[in-house]
Amino acid sequence: MTLLHWATISPFLLAILIPFFYKYFRQVHTGWFVLILPLILFIYFLRFLPTTSNGGVVTYEVPWVPSLGINFTVYLDGLSLLFVLLITGIGTLVVLYSIYYLSKVKEKLNNFYVYLLMFMGAMLGVVLSDNLIVLYAFWEMTSLASSLLISYWYHRKKSTYGAQKSMLITVTGGFAMLGGFALLYLMTGTFSIRGIIDQVALISTDALFIPAMLLVLLGAFTKSAQFPFHIWLPDAMEAPTPVSAYLHSATMVKAGIYLVARLTPVFGGVPEWFWLLSGFGIITLCWGSISAVRQKDLKAILAFSTISQLGLIMCLLGLGSASLYFGYGEEPEKYTTAATLAAIFHLINHATFKGSLFMTAGIIDHETGTRDIRKLGGLMTIMPVTFTISLIGLASMAGLPPFNGFLSKEMFFTGVLKATELSIFNMQTWGFIFPILAWVASVFTFAYCLIMFFKTFTGKFRPENYQVKVHEAPIGMLISPIILGSLVVIFGFFPNILAYTLIEPSVAAILPNLLGEGEKFDIHIYHWHGFNTELFMTLGVIIFGTLIYLTMKSWAKSHFYLQERDPINYLYDGSLEGLARGGQSFTSFYMTGSMRHYLLYIFSFLVLFLGFMFFRLDAVSFSGTESAPISAFEAIVALVMVTAAIVVAVARTRLTAIIGLGAVGYSLATFFVLFRAPDLALTQMVIETISTVLFLLCFYHLPLFKKKFESVPFKLGNLIVSLGVGILVTLLAISSHHSKFFDSLKDFFIGASYDEAGGKNMVNVILVDFRGFDTLFEILVLTIAAIGIYLMIKLRVAKEEQ
Amino acid sequence: MRTNDVILKTVTQLVTFIIIIFSIYVFLSGHHHPGGGFIGGLMTAAAFVLIGLAFDIETVKKIIPIDFKLISATGMLIAVLTGIGSFVFDANFLSHTFDYFHLPLLGETELATAVLFDIGVYLVVIGITLTIIFTIGEDQ
Repeated sequence: MTLLHWATISPFLLAILIPFFYKYFRQVHTGWFVLILPLILFIYFLRFLPTTSNGGVVTYEVPWVPSLGINFTVYLDGLSLLFVLLITGIGTLVVLYSIYYLSKVKEKLNNFYVYLLMFMGAMLGVVLSDNLIVLYAFWEMTSLASSLLISYWYHRKKSTYGAQKSMLITVTGGFAMLGGFALLYLMTGTFSIRGIIDQVALISTDALFIPAMLLVLLGAFTKSAQFPFHIWLPDAMEAPTPVSAYLHSATMVKAGIYLVARLTPVFGGVPEWFWLLSGFGIITLCWGSISAVRQKDLKAILAFSTISQLGLIMCLLGLGSASLYFGYGEEPEKYTTAATLAAIFHLINHATFKGSLFMTAGIIDHETGTRDIRKLGGLMTIMPVTFTISLIGLASMAGLPPFNGFLSKEMFFTGVLKATELSIFNMQTWGFIFPILAWVASVFTFAYCLIMFFKTFTGKFRPENYQVKVHEAPIGMLISPIILGSLVVIFGFFPNILAYTLIEPSVAAILPNLLGEGEKFDIHIYHWHGFNTELFMTLGVIIFGTLIYLTMKSWAKSHFYLQERDPINYLYDGSLEGLARGGQSFTSFYMTGSMRHYLLYIFSFLVLFLGFMFFRLDAVSFSGTESAPISAFEAIVALVMVTAAIVVAVARTRLTAIIGLGAVGYSLATFFVLFRAPDLALTQMVIETISTVLFLLCFYHLPLFKKKFESVPFKLGNLIVSLGVGILVTLLAISSHHSKFFDSLKDFFIGASYDEAGGKNMVNVILVDFRGFDTLFEILVLTIAAIGIYLMIKLRVAKEEQ
Repeated sequence: MRTNDVILKTVTQLVTFIIIIFSIYVFLSGHHHPGGGFIGGLMTAAAFVLIGLAFDIETVKKIIPIDFKLISATGMLIAVLTGIGSFVFDANFLSHTFDYFHLPLLGETELATAVLFDIGVYLVVIGITLTIIFTIGEDQ
């Protein structure tokens, strides 16, 4: 275990201590104890920055299950470091924010911080693991921790609903992903991502390649809230706002992005990967931004906005993967690399502005008691700091200069425009869709940013709408959004401080082997590109977005605006309910509680299965050669037995059936006599007598009220099944008699029973000597039966007396 | 209820001994002839059941003043100990042996450890039969 390993799991270790801090230091807000760790981790990981920006990687391996190739390998390159810094950096800010957001007195802080640390550790594990199985383990832990955090206020019904939904969707995806990893292992024989990348040439022609890709993508799409799996994210907004800011904007939803970026060297460069990623990405982008416009809740707007931005990043990663197909060359191919670059840049930007926006939304909720934009308004002068931060965040999200969102949006437009010029993957036919959809989505993005801004901060302040006296938030709550807001501005004005420290190493990690030794991707991020299509697109976005906002009155009454919930939710709810109801009705259909039905299933299965196997193996065999001659005695006794058996089946009274059964038993004893088995005959005779007496006893005690002397009701199904069983067993007996493969052991017993055991009665010698062990347990069975009968009767009596 | 079944009771008194002796014979001859612990036990139990029918359960309990369950437990114990006993002679569980001895009155006689095991079976069968039948009988 190296320091890097300890750093990865340190949140878990701290989580163990949190309950003690909470219990013994009640005066101090537990968050202060937590705050130290992400801060230390952030500084610790910053130290790796020089290494990774020079293209170096850090990797250490600790064996976990070496026999299965599962090792806890940490692998730190540019991409991992970017995510680690996001997780720890925003983690620090979120913890700081939560200290002021969550009350020390009212909230169960120990739960909150344990879950949050669990999540942080799991997330660090996801981005630092090189081993797919370890990655999966951490991945599922993020799902678990996320669900726990969403249902933090578990007494609210909506919280538990949201938690269950996110759990079901992300775990379904995660499980599919595990399947994909297993397929990768089948193809390559290793779980190590680097090991798999080394064998890319081998696996891309494998038949399992496409299934593995689909399964892995299912995991990534569910986690990153891509269409149509995005429905869990708006419902996850029931979580406390620090959680929404941390998990549902900056880190967990980007785990899918990370996975896609990490596995791009494995799957990238084929049309399926390109089209799935960019197609689902662009659809998610559009769907998310259009849905966000009609939300009335601040966090719901932000949730759909997050969905749409994640779609954007996913789409860019898809477009960027094309560069693996033809390498880092000339235009327009060179611009596909730029798409990857834009994805990474926007990922950083999104984390900054969305984090700050969630925090300001939380502040507004905290200080006014509502998040409904229909109630809010006129907060500009009352909450000036929150207003400023929101303005910066929203302007950046809308893609206005000079903030960082503008830069990444321009790069996105460049990416989609250049993608239409690609000469591969049918892009010349279908590529025109990308710029159009991207532009439409940006218009709606602009519109919801305007709505969010103007509805919250401008207009008339109406104090009657609020339960509490509205005022600016305490400074502690404002620190984190101020820092994030400043970053938005700093990255906006000086984007190139990120260029070769974080973005270039990440791009190099996503697109390896494109560059020669010592080369670097060319990264220049400008504000001003000249008068090109992108600029006019942005102008169009601003004009049309403003138009949409200005005409809001006319379409606010429309069905589109009033219907807030995503229609896919109905599908989800319906299928979940259908599944439950279907399962219930299916179970109640065959689990009738009637013993007769269960016996029918058992016997039908026996008949069908054995019959099928008989037919399949052609096992029926009969030859008369080995049969012994039938004597007259045997025929007569058999006739008696058959008659008695028929009497039992068709008897009108139970007494007749009991007597018939006795007759069958005595005939059997006679058969034993005829077939020279005196011990069996003796025992059968006595046992038959005793059991008949017991049957009579039962008959005598039948309750009077339902005692109707009527014959067995005829049921055709029963007849068929019983005939089937009878025929089958007969066939089985005959066939097995005629296909004996080995001699019987009887010769040994005949010789040995006198010579070795000193007895002439072979049956008895076998019972007590050769196979005494069986007898030992048979008498045990009898003892248990006797004690059972004794207990049943005595305990029943005792109960009646009470 | 039974007012006068003197014939039954008298015959029972006679027959019981015959049955018991026969059952012991069947039990002892089991090693060489049809019979053994199981059938012997059943017959002995049948004799007591007959007494129970002709007289009543109290009479049987007077004749066998032991809990019937204890009889089967003793039988189980004997059977298991027979098996464990072979460990003393460094043999496998339930290994049996036999030999011929010259005994007074009986002359040259074969004694087998398997008979010890059979005694266990015999007692268990008597115990369980009487337990079952008389438990149900008392319940009425």
